[in-house]
Amino acid sequence: MSQADTVMQHAGVMTEPAFSVPARKMAIWLFIIADAATFAACLVAYGFLRNGTPNWPTPFKFSPTVINAMVMTFVLVTSSLTMLLGVRAGKAGDRASAYRYTMITAAAGILFAVLHLREWMGMIHEGATLFHNPWGTGLFGASFFSITGLHLTHVVGGVVALLVVAARYKSGRLNAEHLEVVGLYWHFVDLVWMFVVPFVYLLNVAR
Amino acid sequence: MADAPDVLSTEPAARYTDSLGKYIVIYLCILALAAVQFVFAYSGVHSGGRFARMFLVALAEGGLALLFFMHLWAEKRGFLLFVLVFTGFVLAAMQYGWTDSYRMERGVPNAHIEIDTAR
Repeated sequence: MSQADTVMQHAGVMTEPAFSVPARKMAIWLFIIADAATFAACLVAYGFLRNGTPNWPTPFKFSPTVINAMVMTFVLVTSSLTMLLGVRAGKAGDRASAYRYTMITAAAGILFAVLHLREWMGMIHEGATLFHNPWGTGLFGASFFSITGLHLTHVVGGVVALLVVAARYKSGRLNAEHLEVVGLYWHFVDLVWMFVVPFVYLLNVAR
Repeated sequence: MADAPDVLSTEPAARYTDSLGKYIVIYLCILALAAVQFVFAYSGVHSGGRFARMFLVALAEGGLALLFFMHLWAEKRGFLLFVLVFTGFVLAAMQYGWTDSYRMERGVPNAHIEIDTAR
């Protein structure tokens, strides 16, 4: 039997993807599941450290930290909505709107990163670093900067991906499915933030 | 170069054809739940209770984002089950590691429990 015959015989099986989900969409979902495990590991390890350390510091004041976290949450959730509108426009064939919404999402991601870095600079100015801080155990700085840094890395990576995909989508080299895939990643970054805020920020507010 | 087609031969179940109003409602619900978390942060409940409440609200927020923003609800039911069961399995399997963390933190499992040796 020739190679061509073999391919033809298997073509019927190979053209039907699992759950009718295209391969690259399935790939991003598997990545999301793996990344969820990474964040879960960090957050649970942080929980062990927090519970096992007497006098865990609770330094976050309402202004500026909690207000900043509120604004960052609003920006990120809103960027998820604009991403959704971009994918929706792309699926409807409206390339101009899809491009515009994707760029708005990227701009919101940049704003989020700037707000985050501003907060980091404020904390560093107060003396908090990865291993030392003026409020008590050095584990506080290590866990705070590690978890928020991991999330910030995802945001920055997402912004780069959004800009690249948007540019290629506009030029016609990518289609709406590519927008959907990068959109799924962006929604996941938003989803993770919904767990980071309460555990890393709100459980450590000064009372 | 010709434009890449927007309609693929294998069209997924999630078609993103829901009304804009539905997405706005979900968006507002997520923002409202996020606001509830900030309220809980300053409630008089002890830290364990605050953690439990915030965790439940975060699960609700994440569930809305997962089902509607990420369109998992609109996918085939088999895929929805696959994602939920597979994620649950991966997270549950990680618990093998946490028991060891607990041992390192407390010395040995249940070391904090005082046993009456006189009996």
